[in-house]
Amino acid sequence: MRRAANRAALLAPPVAFLAVFFAWPVVNIVAEGLRDDAGGWDLSGVGEVLGSAALRRVAWFTLWQAAASTALTFALALPAAHVLATYEFRGRRAISALVTVPFVLPTVVVGAAFLALLGPRSPIGVDLDETVWAILIAHAFFNHAVVVRTVGGLWEGLDRRTVEAARTLGASPWQAFREVTWPALRPAAGAAAAITFLFTFTSFGVIRILGGPEHSTIEAEIYRQTADLLDLPVASVLALVQLAAVGALLVVQDRLERRRAAVAVALGPPSRRRPATRRQRIWLGANLALMALLLATPLAVLVERSFRSSSGWSLTGWRALGERGRGNGLFVAPVEAIGNSLRFAIAATVIAVVLGGLAATALARSQSRLARTLDAVLLLPLGTSAVTVGFGFLIALDSPVDLRASPWLVPAAQAVVALPFVVRTMTPVLRSIDERLREAAAVLGASPRRAWLEVDLPLVRRAVLVAAGFAFAISLGEFGATTVIARADAPTVPVAIDRLLARPGSVNVSAAFALSTVLMVITAAAVLVVDRGRARRTGARGSWL
Amino acid sequence: MTPRSRMLAAVLASATLLAACGDTDDPSSEANATPEAEQDAPASIRLLTHDSFALSDGVLEQFTEDTGIEVELLQGGDAGTVVNQAILTNGNPQADVLFGIDSTFLTRALDEDLFVPYEADGLDEVDEALLLDPEHRVTPIDYGDVCLNYDRAWFDESGTPVPTALEDLIDPAYADLLVVENPATSSPGLAFLLATVEAFGEDGWQDWWRALADNGVEVSSGWEDAYYGSFSGSAGSEGTKPLVVSYASSPPAEVIYADPPVDEAPTGVIEASCYRQVEGAGILNGTDDEEAAGELIDFLLSETVQADVPMSMFVYPVRSGVELPAEFREHAVSPDEVHELPADEIDANRERWIDEWTDVVLR
Repeated sequence: MRRAANRAALLAPPVAFLAVFFAWPVVNIVAEGLRDDAGGWDLSGVGEVLGSAALRRVAWFTLWQAAASTALTFALALPAAHVLATYEFRGRRAISALVTVPFVLPTVVVGAAFLALLGPRSPIGVDLDETVWAILIAHAFFNHAVVVRTVGGLWEGLDRRTVEAARTLGASPWQAFREVTWPALRPAAGAAAAITFLFTFTSFGVIRILGGPEHSTIEAEIYRQTADLLDLPVASVLALVQLAAVGALLVVQDRLERRRAAVAVALGPPSRRRPATRRQRIWLGANLALMALLLATPLAVLVERSFRSSSGWSLTGWRALGERGRGNGLFVAPVEAIGNSLRFAIAATVIAVVLGGLAATALARSQSRLARTLDAVLLLPLGTSAVTVGFGFLIALDSPVDLRASPWLVPAAQAVVALPFVVRTMTPVLRSIDERLREAAAVLGASPRRAWLEVDLPLVRRAVLVAAGFAFAISLGEFGATTVIARADAPTVPVAIDRLLARPGSVNVSAAFALSTVLMVITAAAVLVVDRGRARRTGARGSWL
Repeated sequence: MTPRSRMLAAVLASATLLAACGDTDDPSSEANATPEAEQDAPASIRLLTHDSFALSDGVLEQFTEDTGIEVELLQGGDAGTVVNQAILTNGNPQADVLFGIDSTFLTRALDEDLFVPYEADGLDEVDEALLLDPEHRVTPIDYGDVCLNYDRAWFDESGTPVPTALEDLIDPAYADLLVVENPATSSPGLAFLLATVEAFGEDGWQDWWRALADNGVEVSSGWEDAYYGSFSGSAGSEGTKPLVVSYASSPPAEVIYADPPVDEAPTGVIEASCYRQVEGAGILNGTDDEEAAGELIDFLLSETVQADVPMSMFVYPVRSGVELPAEFREHAVSPDEVHELPADEIDANRERWIDEWTDVVLR
């Protein structure tokens, strides 16, 4: 009984937070679309959506491009995960950090970079603009890090000796992978696949910039129906369809994960090696080249563009960052957006880590059906369109206190997006803490406090650090909900980039790319710091984080 | 509770506390740190507007100095999104004044009773043709023309004459030269579609677009893609299309932002293609400070703001007798004859036109 009460106490703050800043606004805006003027239910939108061939096409495209994007992401990122997890080479740590940068760059920036790279004037001579290939490649660019970090994180902790044992017994490298490594990686791969599928299924920015008029996802259609057409009945039905699809996906993933939970994973100390054979060197080189092509080229285009002006190479874009006014469409100097972004992201990270930590602590102690459900419910913000949440804020948060212009709304919205990641990162770690370790400490004479400090804290600290890094980076890059609620006097970096890009003048375009470069550097630095922390505190590897 | 979980709870609780303390000097302090001047005039009003809204440094501060009223800006997306936000919160608006409504969304907003009537000072200085609403629920502030722009250098070098009429564009001589924006996703794209509806009539515009599609028109999803990506005339652009749907004020913008400075704009405007959009402001229904909101509308129509809009937003002031900046006088054209459609006609047909356009051009 007391345990249950404690759990409830732990869960109350995160649940209350999500109720106010997620559930209430979303329920309000969806209900607004499903009610008629007299206050009764009007479900005509359902028929309109189901009966529309165009919307059925959108739904089908959403589904298959998400599946194809996930497959392509895995094809490109799984070898990269292997290389980064098992080989030691110069610059590995920097590359590991750089790989994460695309994941948190705002889509406006990535869209612009990809357009330059794969558009009609491609320097490599490939025009994929408005084709489905541009979408798939951009999705692979974005989600590469999800696979590398989730799967690679587990991979580097796998005990090499099991693979070596299999090889000694005569297995080929491929057989050893299939029989020994893959079963151990499968839970992480499943989680990474689910996340990648979720992100690409709800893709918005990439579709809007690269998709052209013929490719639209449900998410992009919700935006169009809400923001452009204010057709709330259709938007509400689409939002429910998307939520249901995401819910179904989570249930399936949960089932699969549970069925596989029995696989025992042998973990050893991280043991990276320099590539020894010629074949290994080629494999490493080929993968690094592929990563450079997929991940580094678009980023390099960004940097290059920031130094370009109408007359050639120039620093005007960078100088314009410090100038207020000058027709940049912002009411502050662009450089101030960096301060805003950092402040908002820190606030959002604190909110997300504290609330997520509470939720993870509660969830880790229970395998009950309720806990599993809650675990899935916490992921729902990821499946909800940012415009649904943003517009929901407008009609739901006006009373009793009008929060709509509050500066706190931005970090709150960002925390809603970051919270699922925090919970997902921390729960498995907290769950994996082996009771026997603690008992052993007690047998050896450690006080409970000492046992917690020596056993739990190192593991928890690492998880908190990783979760905070993720939350920080996500808050920094969040664009969809922020753009609806950010105040003009406090734009974030992604919002400022978007506005600069929309203004005339090559100076503004260069400034937008300069600001993108800054964002990229901050993100990479944040990831590097987290990785350093991880490396230093890696004692006993209790989990894949 | 096990000792372990108690400890963790304590850590998390102190983290919460830390967060609460640490963040008081975070975003909220900005809200608190308003200047002392506010003590005499506590009024502060909110202006909801689109992302393209801009005024030069010090202009809004001038208003605060004159009236003691602080202006808080809310920018919520493009013009359509902002109007839709306002309609959604009608009666309990998030702001007091909305700026940036044009004929495209006017009828819908007026039908929803979004605005309170207000007759602004200085309205008698405005050309009657620019009045958006006879009941003054919306006050005109500026206007701009969406026009085809052309790359001067390209036409000089190729010897091809610059097109002078919309009909020219379906001539094979102009095959593969034009990039337009998708009217479903872009406001200049929609304006250009409306121009063709007005020019060729309800029964003729589809045929013209069909011929244009056969003649190799490129469609971009937004103005930036079209202008900076595909159009060849913008300084530093790598685009290949010498014709683009942009604004009448794009040539002066090219001059103003040129680096190094130039004497002549690299682009020109095809006057026969221009569609005029008048942009207005209104007091939102449900505001709790109608008087201050009215003062802000007066200010938007004052010479201070009117003289500033060309350089800050690349549009023309509606107030007559306001002197234009030199770049506008020298490099911008303001055609006498422009295409325009009545707001109620746009409202009744907009979605159908966009759907039909999509069928004709993209399928």
